[in-house]
Amino acid sequence: MKKLQELVQQTRRDIVRMVHKVNSGHPGGSLGCTEFMVTLYNKILDLNEQFTMDGKGEDLFFLSNGHISPLYYSVLARKGFFPVSELNTFRLLNSRLQGHPTTHDGLPGVRIASGSLGQGMSVAIGAALSKKLNGDKHLVYSLHGDGELQEGQNWEAMMFAAGKNVDNLICTVDYNGQQIDGATKDVMPLGNLKKKFKAFGWEVVSIKEGNDIEAIVKGMHKAKGKTGQGKPVCVLLHTVMGHGVDFMMHTHAWHGKAPNNEQLAKALEQNPVTLGDY
Amino acid sequence: MKKYTFTEKKDTRSGFGAGLAELGRSNPNVVALCADLIGSLKMEKFIEENPERFFQVGIAEANMIGIAAGLTIGGKIPFTGTFANFSTGRVYDQIRQSVAYSDKNVKICASHAGLTLGEDGATHQILEDIGLMKMLPGMTVINTCDYNQTKAATIAIAEHHGPVYLRFGRPVVPVFMPEGEFEIGKAIVLTEGTDVTILATGHLVWEALQASEQLEALGISAEVINIHTIKPLDEAAILKSVAKTGCVITAEEHNILGGLGESVARVLVQNKPVPQEFVAVQDSFGESGTPDQLMEKYGLNAAAIVKAALKLKGK
Repeated sequence: MKKLQELVQQTRRDIVRMVHKVNSGHPGGSLGCTEFMVTLYNKILDLNEQFTMDGKGEDLFFLSNGHISPLYYSVLARKGFFPVSELNTFRLLNSRLQGHPTTHDGLPGVRIASGSLGQGMSVAIGAALSKKLNGDKHLVYSLHGDGELQEGQNWEAMMFAAGKNVDNLICTVDYNGQQIDGATKDVMPLGNLKKKFKAFGWEVVSIKEGNDIEAIVKGMHKAKGKTGQGKPVCVLLHTVMGHGVDFMMHTHAWHGKAPNNEQLAKALEQNPVTLGDY
Repeated sequence: MKKYTFTEKKDTRSGFGAGLAELGRSNPNVVALCADLIGSLKMEKFIEENPERFFQVGIAEANMIGIAAGLTIGGKIPFTGTFANFSTGRVYDQIRQSVAYSDKNVKICASHAGLTLGEDGATHQILEDIGLMKMLPGMTVINTCDYNQTKAATIAIAEHHGPVYLRFGRPVVPVFMPEGEFEIGKAIVLTEGTDVTILATGHLVWEALQASEQLEALGISAEVINIHTIKPLDEAAILKSVAKTGCVITAEEHNILGGLGESVARVLVQNKPVPQEFVAVQDSFGESGTPDQLMEKYGLNAAAIVKAALKLKGK
């Protein structure tokens, strides 16, 4: 657990340094999901040693809210998918680390482009169906923003996954209540997500402390326990946007804004543990 | 001049259904998806023989494209089936990001393209789909002309790695192409001629053959080329023919903007500018009517091609 905590701090350092360097990118959602993604890749997913696009015989993960790419890239690099030094190329010309994730440049770990929102759940369902056809018992995981659920395609996908018993799928919603223009309740109220997923026929697991590693491990094990029983599983992950950097927390202001030099120093000060910056 | 005849009329969508059924038997990785139009797409045989490899998604095309993209991960070759309108315009961003940009091996199979959909009218008669699809980097765009060619193309695209848009139609039309072979990107010279090149795609190929016979009677020798693949375009075949004839007609069941005609014009202007006539819909929507009535009203038949040839030849 201590190691994961250290990795979380290092990942936070990576995120703020990446967006600071190019003065662009999305730190808020990245920081809010750091504990989740670090835990998922290091405690939950059963991964093969070598990355292959087909990912047979291993768990798969799809990032639907592609704008939290700084987090995704840091987690993948620190897991060994590609050199940590490559984080230095985030959003630069000729980089494999595009503003939003893509398969186009052959970055190991990424299986689908995302950024235009609302498409990831359908893709995850397709991959889950492929696993079933292949007799592969591994699971498919995905992460979605809560604001992203305003895209109608998600509701098509939700209907399908439940109606067609896609029960090897765990879709997690980053339930931080924020989006670019403000709080989701003001921009476009999501209503009661738990009731909505349930009404569509999903199993729902709520992780109230979505920035707590132990709570995440517990919640994801619970979610895994609900797979294979005829229903898709939704995890409502209650997070705080910008978590771990105090001035970025509890606001949508840092959704897509980079820190200046002074703010970067402050953010790093608040996350002093390093396993070696890139 | 070589004459083409036919003994029966069949719909191109049935060629798709037959090709898909054959793929179901020959390639275990082929899977199919449909958005509530199984009968229209003639997918029954595949479904009957491979129920576990078929996914009915309901009236939810965006989800269908996304699921198809996901199915490729793990080695499946998904064929999606719905009308051309719902296969392209409705799901453009899903195709763009999850399929084309992600380089996914999805075959987007689109029936009821163009005016020949008929009585349902303009809401369903897409005339912009070739343009939409050919603009996507990496996308192969195919528009077949008869049952045999559609069946052969359906089988051929399973062997091609990468996203493909396969466009076909609703009405019964003459079956005149030989069975079997289909080479993506390789134009087929149907009749050799010296006075005018007619580059036709889809349902207009048969019309071009009819036009060439009428033109022969008028003393004009037409070279008819079947451009089943609009992207990648067989530029060499086009330039070779035009070098001989010095003028060209493009014929397609599509808007004049964004279709085969514009692709050909680009090739010509960069290599060998020659006069060109466009037999296409003149930047309008369609309307209700029978296929024949519509093709006549919008100038998409043999008579329109003959008229274009006479104009090019100053007659």
